[in-house]
Amino acid sequence: MRFALIGQPNSGKSTLFNQVAGYKAETANFSGTTVTYTESRVRLLGQVIELVDLPGCYALDGVSPAERETLRYLASRPVDVVINVADATHLAQSLELTLALFPLKKPMVLALNLMDEAMRLGLRIDGEGLARELGIPVLPLVASKGRGVKEVFLKAMEVAGQKVQAVAEYATQPLTAEERHRRALELAQRFVHRGPRRVTWRDRLDNVLLHPLWGYGVLLIVLFGFFQAVYGIGRLVEPPLLAFFETITQKALDPLQEGTLLWEVGLGIMQGIAAGLAIVLPYLVPFLFGLGFLEDIGYLPRVAFLMDAFMHRIGLHGKAIVPFILGYGCNVPAVMSTRSLEEPRDRYLAAALATLVPCAARLAVVFGLVAFYLGPLIAFGLYLLNLLAIALTGRLLSLLLPEDTPGLILEMPPYRIPTLKNVLSKSWFRIREFVVEAWPMLIGGSAALASLEYFGFAEVFNNLVRPLSWLMGMPSEVGMPLLFGIFRKELSLVMLGQALGTNDFAAVLTPQQMVVYSTFVMFYVPCLATLAVLKRELGTRAMLTISGITVLLALLTALLVMGIAYGIDVLGLG
Amino acid sequence: MTLLNATPGKWFRVVSLGERRGLRAHLRRYGLFEGDRVRVVRAAPLKGPLLIEVNGREIALGRSVAAQIIVEAEECDSP
Repeated sequence: MRFALIGQPNSGKSTLFNQVAGYKAETANFSGTTVTYTESRVRLLGQVIELVDLPGCYALDGVSPAERETLRYLASRPVDVVINVADATHLAQSLELTLALFPLKKPMVLALNLMDEAMRLGLRIDGEGLARELGIPVLPLVASKGRGVKEVFLKAMEVAGQKVQAVAEYATQPLTAEERHRRALELAQRFVHRGPRRVTWRDRLDNVLLHPLWGYGVLLIVLFGFFQAVYGIGRLVEPPLLAFFETITQKALDPLQEGTLLWEVGLGIMQGIAAGLAIVLPYLVPFLFGLGFLEDIGYLPRVAFLMDAFMHRIGLHGKAIVPFILGYGCNVPAVMSTRSLEEPRDRYLAAALATLVPCAARLAVVFGLVAFYLGPLIAFGLYLLNLLAIALTGRLLSLLLPEDTPGLILEMPPYRIPTLKNVLSKSWFRIREFVVEAWPMLIGGSAALASLEYFGFAEVFNNLVRPLSWLMGMPSEVGMPLLFGIFRKELSLVMLGQALGTNDFAAVLTPQQMVVYSTFVMFYVPCLATLAVLKRELGTRAMLTISGITVLLALLTALLVMGIAYGIDVLGLG
Repeated sequence: MTLLNATPGKWFRVVSLGERRGLRAHLRRYGLFEGDRVRVVRAAPLKGPLLIEVNGREIALGRSVAAQIIVEAEECDSP
């Protein structure tokens, strides 16, 4: 037996799915999180049920990718029961989809989700009356707390075998979008009774959070606090984990002879494992947890609202702010989050720009080299330069890719109190994406590079990119560290020490070289993990194009910085 | 007049969702139709988007979108 969950975006389908299927679908208080469907087997009363969570649709006209996906699924698989998840707080709109589902002529159950919130808003819904009118069972549901879930599924089993009993009036002729809208409004007027709506803290919250002045103040505080927390936790966990891996690596490689191919490859593998566990995850885990929390509260659409005006200057709209915020932690989730944008052009542009945002690993290079030796002010300057470069690139790219969407259209969901279970499982869902897809590439790449180095590849490569390093006024040894940097950005600092034979960079590099090197590292080719996600989200060609853009940009900015440094030198300001 | 120059806080009725077919379909998906009553709740500064209320839900619309939507004033200002 196969049950399909269909509902409008942000109605709680995925929350319901996860309640029954364990955590498999991504949820957020941000519409359009699920664009593909997720299937799972569920056991109910001794029967195995195939449960599918279809992407959120406003209607079934095939306008958006989500609707096309849903239609394709319904056409290709036998679905026994449609469970229509409706948002009880916005019944009029939810019923539009319900009316669009009748022509499918499938047995259907209407689950009114978010009933607790509807009650808070003073809405009384006459479920029985609605059920009589529509001719399908109507059940209350609070998916986030698991209330009513069992009843919905038992009812679905009950109607599974039955003939479609929907009231003929709705089922016979397919209605136009306009007719559905009118009809749904009428239905809501008849069956929803509005009690006095209490002004709650949720209403007042927007007066502050979307305020033209306080809104930005709170946004700054929230983002600052968020990053402080992520870096705080990451910095606390990273050094002991790295130290731990160092001893493990030594123990593991002890039986092998140093300098042999096996030893080099072993070292490469261990470094790859350590990089994922000790350098990426300490930042990624708290980051994704915090993000999940902000998402489920419903704060992200507010950020999009506040930042829309700024994002338009770089050819995007407010929704694309999310990948940028994410990018400062790690580019991998940043690129993943471009999925929530509707237009392919926006996804492409947002992903390309998000990979230019210096992630935590690049921060390590900038801080370890520039801030440590030359002072935090210059490091800050590099960050400003980065913002400027992103803005310029955005403008240029949006000239090449003209905007075809008129602008922001985004639902502003009510604030919701997140449940810990939901936030935890969501973070785990995303962490797993890194662990399964990006980490193995890190380990494999690290091992491959180690063996290449064993065969004397380093010198060949250094000579190969000599024109590049010469142009930037660098010693030829920087070639290999930059190549390693593609695997793990912080390796471009670690390996630089190895390549130059010392970790006292001030002794071997001029201040100018340090700044130029850091600038280059800040922009050139995203790391392997990010490349893997770019390929998955946008395809190989886009991945190569974006990489090409980053290298070009890295070279241009590095030369610019070199020129500035030279100018300062000549003028004797330095 | 367009939604862009509608007085914030007052109710208006949507007359047209603009000339662009794609945009019309898009707005309908978010629950905004001709004939609906809308209210501008607030506007973001620096030519940022408008937050509008329609049928009990809130939608943020970029100014270029709001400029396409034609509205007319309601005779009486019912809540």
